[in-house]
Amino acid sequence: MDSLFQNMQGIPMNHYLIFCSIIFVIGVIGVLIRRNVIIIMMSIELMLNSVNLLLAAFSAYSGDPSGQVFVFFIMALAAAEVAVGLAIIIMVYRNTKSVDIESLSKLRW
Amino acid sequence: MTIFYFVAFLSIFFALMTIFTKNPVHSVLYLVITFFTFTVHYILLNAQFLAVVNFIVYMGAIMVLFLFVLMLLNLNKDTEPMKSNLVKFMGAIAGMCLLATFLGAFKVIETDNGMVQAHENIGLVKNLGKVLFSDFLLPFEISSILLLTAMVGAVLLAKKEPRVKHG
Repeated sequence: MDSLFQNMQGIPMNHYLIFCSIIFVIGVIGVLIRRNVIIIMMSIELMLNSVNLLLAAFSAYSGDPSGQVFVFFIMALAAAEVAVGLAIIIMVYRNTKSVDIESLSKLRW
Repeated sequence: MTIFYFVAFLSIFFALMTIFTKNPVHSVLYLVITFFTFTVHYILLNAQFLAVVNFIVYMGAIMVLFLFVLMLLNLNKDTEPMKSNLVKFMGAIAGMCLLATFLGAFKVIETDNGMVQAHENIGLVKNLGKVLFSDFLLPFEISSILLLTAMVGAVLLAKKEPRVKHG
């Protein structure tokens, strides 16, 4: 572990910010360009994870463990969200025989 | 220090592969690799508890759930609905605009640009447990109720209803 500490001595906070926002933007692009509902949910997971990593980085930056506790709560929330979301997707597939997000467009006004 | 940049590059690469691969099963597998690189990031930050939880909960549970649903619905490359190239292009442009906005905002707020140091002990299970069970006891209990609700809701939603008829 000590060698890892030595490796971590010089990462500026800005680089973490830029890295996490790039991953977040990749998630946003995934939501915009895909039509498969499951892939869209995976992109949302990607966004959640980028924010998690940024919270952990800020927590290490300011020496405050609250950020890491928050990441723990977000992970519990993500697990619940995925369970309900996938159940809804299975219901939709059973009724429309497709996972295309356009098949839900009748929900639009 | 170079480990961070290498792993960050891998994360971005596999995240891009996740959203651009046509086959949904490959997409899930790339996402698993992306989450593994995130676990490496947590280890580099010395957030050992989060690394283990990320490994078990995200890679072990959530991704297996995704794979399971994909296999249940029997999805593959041929059934994959794709958007037109114009919409894809516009989506990529919109995402780049968002990224530019982020970068501009970071430039304006001008953080003091300190270094992120891996703290010796705030990420350990002992310290996180102390914080979790003293300051965050109420949210912790509420999250257990949330998980119970989600479980009941998922079972109710996915259960087959025998009386539903089409038309």
